[in-house]
Amino acid sequence: MNAPLKNTPLNISRRTFIKAGALVVGGLVIAFTIPHAKRFLMPGSVAETAPDAAKLPAPNAFLRIGTDNTITVMLAHSEMGQSIWTTLPMLIAEELDADWSKIKVEHASAAPEYVHTAYGLQITGGSSTTWSEFDRYRQAGALTRALLISAAAEKLGASADSLKTENGYVISGDNKISYGDLAEAAAKLETPKTITLKEPKDWKIIGKATKRLDGPEKINGTAIFGQDIQFDGLMTAMVARSPVIGGTVKTFDATAAKQIKGVRQVVQVSTGVAVIADNYWAAKTGREALKVDWNLGENASLDSKALLAEYKKLAATTGLIAAKAGDNKSAMAKTNQFVEAEYALPYLAHAPMEPLNCSVKIEKDICEIWTGTQMQGTDQLAAAKILGLKPEQVKIHTVFLGGGFGRRANPQADFVSEAVQVAKAAGVPVKTVWSREDDVKGGYYRPMFVHKAKIALDTNGMPSAWEHVAVGQSIMLGTPFEAFQIKDGVDATSVEGTADSPYLKNIPNYQISLHTAKTKIPVLWWRSVGHSHTAFVMESLIDELAHTAKKDPLEYRRALLKDHPRHLAALNLAAEKADWNKPLAKGVFRGIAVHESFGSFVAQIAEVSVNEGEVKVHRMVSAIDCGLAVNPDSLKAQMESSVSFGLGAAMQSEITFKDGMVEQSNFHDYQVMRMGNMPKVEVYIVQSTEKMGGVGEPGLPPVAPAVTNAIFAATGKRIRTLPIGNQLA
Amino acid sequence: MITLNINGKEQQLDVPDDMPILWALRDVAHLTGTKFGCGMAQCGACTVHLDGQAIRSCITPISAAAGKNITTIEDMQNDKVGQAVQAAWGEIDVVQCGYCQSGQIMSATALLTTNKKPTDADIDAAMSGNICRCGTYPRIRAAIHNAASKLA
Ligand code: FES
Ligand code: FES
Repeated sequence: MNAPLKNTPLNISRRTFIKAGALVVGGLVIAFTIPHAKRFLMPGSVAETAPDAAKLPAPNAFLRIGTDNTITVMLAHSEMGQSIWTTLPMLIAEELDADWSKIKVEHASAAPEYVHTAYGLQITGGSSTTWSEFDRYRQAGALTRALLISAAAEKLGASADSLKTENGYVISGDNKISYGDLAEAAAKLETPKTITLKEPKDWKIIGKATKRLDGPEKINGTAIFGQDIQFDGLMTAMVARSPVIGGTVKTFDATAAKQIKGVRQVVQVSTGVAVIADNYWAAKTGREALKVDWNLGENASLDSKALLAEYKKLAATTGLIAAKAGDNKSAMAKTNQFVEAEYALPYLAHAPMEPLNCSVKIEKDICEIWTGTQMQGTDQLAAAKILGLKPEQVKIHTVFLGGGFGRRANPQADFVSEAVQVAKAAGVPVKTVWSREDDVKGGYYRPMFVHKAKIALDTNGMPSAWEHVAVGQSIMLGTPFEAFQIKDGVDATSVEGTADSPYLKNIPNYQISLHTAKTKIPVLWWRSVGHSHTAFVMESLIDELAHTAKKDPLEYRRALLKDHPRHLAALNLAAEKADWNKPLAKGVFRGIAVHESFGSFVAQIAEVSVNEGEVKVHRMVSAIDCGLAVNPDSLKAQMESSVSFGLGAAMQSEITFKDGMVEQSNFHDYQVMRMGNMPKVEVYIVQSTEKMGGVGEPGLPPVAPAVTNAIFAATGKRIRTLPIGNQLA
Repeated sequence: MITLNINGKEQQLDVPDDMPILWALRDVAHLTGTKFGCGMAQCGACTVHLDGQAIRSCITPISAAAGKNITTIEDMQNDKVGQAVQAAWGEIDVVQCGYCQSGQIMSATALLTTNKKPTDADIDAAMSGNICRCGTYPRIRAAIHNAASKLA
């Protein structure tokens, strides 16, 4: 990303911006793409196959001004709760001097214009939307404003310099013309050569807490999610999938299923057998009546307990080196004070509130897809491949996502591919709907990990050598990101937060190594990716070191992080707001953790009591340095959300396997955070002009260790295995 | 054919007796504001009112609604308590992905209809059946207190 706080004039080349005003009637449309040079390109992606974006027709755009003064902002990313439905329009409205009440928002379709500015395919993830669009969306606003001013200058016979803009109008003395009245004329003008962005001191919208634009429709029930797609002829399909990971259909008998009223067809697809019916209830009842004989395949004896034991054995040996300095062996020989510990974290399901679903309608040379997806890029390619169409013949209509957390960004396009196969086989439009059981059992989990560490302390109690082995599956292996993310056999996302830990920078000797387990369990990024396990391990270990050295955990961290001002800023703000040095009510104890992820730095302080083995988290004090906070209130909401998601998982969530099958099925046995367990959350934002980072995920990693460190303070028991469950009983 | 009263309107639906109210509402009456989250009374996304009482529509067969009034999120704007709850939700900016929120609002409205001034413990008890994967719990709590003060 460019430094956000400078307002150097930007050169606008034809390659960068395409003004597509001529293509629409009655308004101005701004579309633009970015040069490919600085992007990672996904092989075969739309962006790659269409290298000269300037020559493309621009059916899509970033912003559209209607003659009725509405300003429609098109989102290159998906709204899944993180509030980009509001944040991205704020960027445009700021530079455009738009009337906020006239803003409308739409999800863009899948098209080259909307390729991620850093990742090179259309995706929402990595807590990247706001920083990666900070320039592009502001530029779209500024460019549009420049065109509107030129149009007004022509109309009034005035010089552009004499005009100003405010609240949806170009103003000349006592005269004002609305943007809507200028839109058509502006659409006919040449794109200006340069534009200048506002100085931060002139911002009226950026940095101000702004109410969500999608609030009203999500409060009155009219917001449309994938589940809510309905049109004439659309059938509901439920797929019977192998109970064992990777199993395939041997034979099936649909006689009984077809007798269920409302069941229309039963078809086989690569993932199983689909029952197609008039509605969900008929499809579900039909699926229950269906008899399928499965080839259970090679995973039929897979057992996560046995797997964990295997991981623990592996953890005793050195893996592939991810980071190394000095000489651990001789350093360890020089001391006799060590911390040695083994940590384990389970498989986790994303379990977004809205079960997966995807509606597909196939016509001769066009396929339309309605779904809540985080990754239109791969979904479009996958659908095109199945149908023998070109990517641009697949139209993706993104609707609101009822949560994503990574599950709806699947490099294999699993739920979209399956729906396309079902629609193709059935020859009618279908909506595949997953039940909650399908979602919990149907794969793509945060991988289980084991970490083993041996750390030597010097005479001052500071770490002098750090030996660390991690064991777990790679989420990148076998995906289009493999070449990009796996170097010398080490998946960067398996060791993010360990290999690049700031703590190591002041330790003369260290070695971080990784064993990538070859288990067949489908794994995927889960909110905060590798940091979801590495932060727990690192921040617990630091706490173990501090206690072994008989030092205050906050002071110990301050000493180790003295050259890391952004970590310190978050740490110090949280400590100040939590009154770290003041005693708490009797029976309540504090724990602290700090971690950087996705470019942001977050400290969490947990206040916890343990009574008869029951853990109660009373309060979480969170502090974040994410650089500029574009919408401070949605930032706070994301931090609250991270506490809920991270704490729920740390306390209770776990996916286990027996005989190749997932043992959990629904929210009664895959427990998540509920109202009664939710602590009070206070969020504080470091006033920062540093580089922008993300906010959707960085709050999460330090939650679990802050809580388990507080449990240690309360009970003297170190939680080294998640979930906490009833380990204290 | 079953005759139902949905949001104050009589409607005839051709559905089997054992079809849960949720699917009759969503797939047959095309009222999609009520959501499916778990299908086994674990998440509260499907909460509607049956004669004013909050129920989980995913496990309640449509036959149980015969002769009773079903009220859904689509009708909360016509309910005095529902209005206050929705206004509070807007004021506090509760929602994130939004998928659980119809159910949250239906549960909160039922709570405030019988309990004018719920304590935090009352809120825990009444709302713990409604999961929000986005973790809007602190704002839901604040919004319920806010609505209660508006209704007082
Ligand atoms: S869908 Fe009814 S409680 Fe979850
Ligand atoms: S707002 Fe997303 S599940 Fe509640």
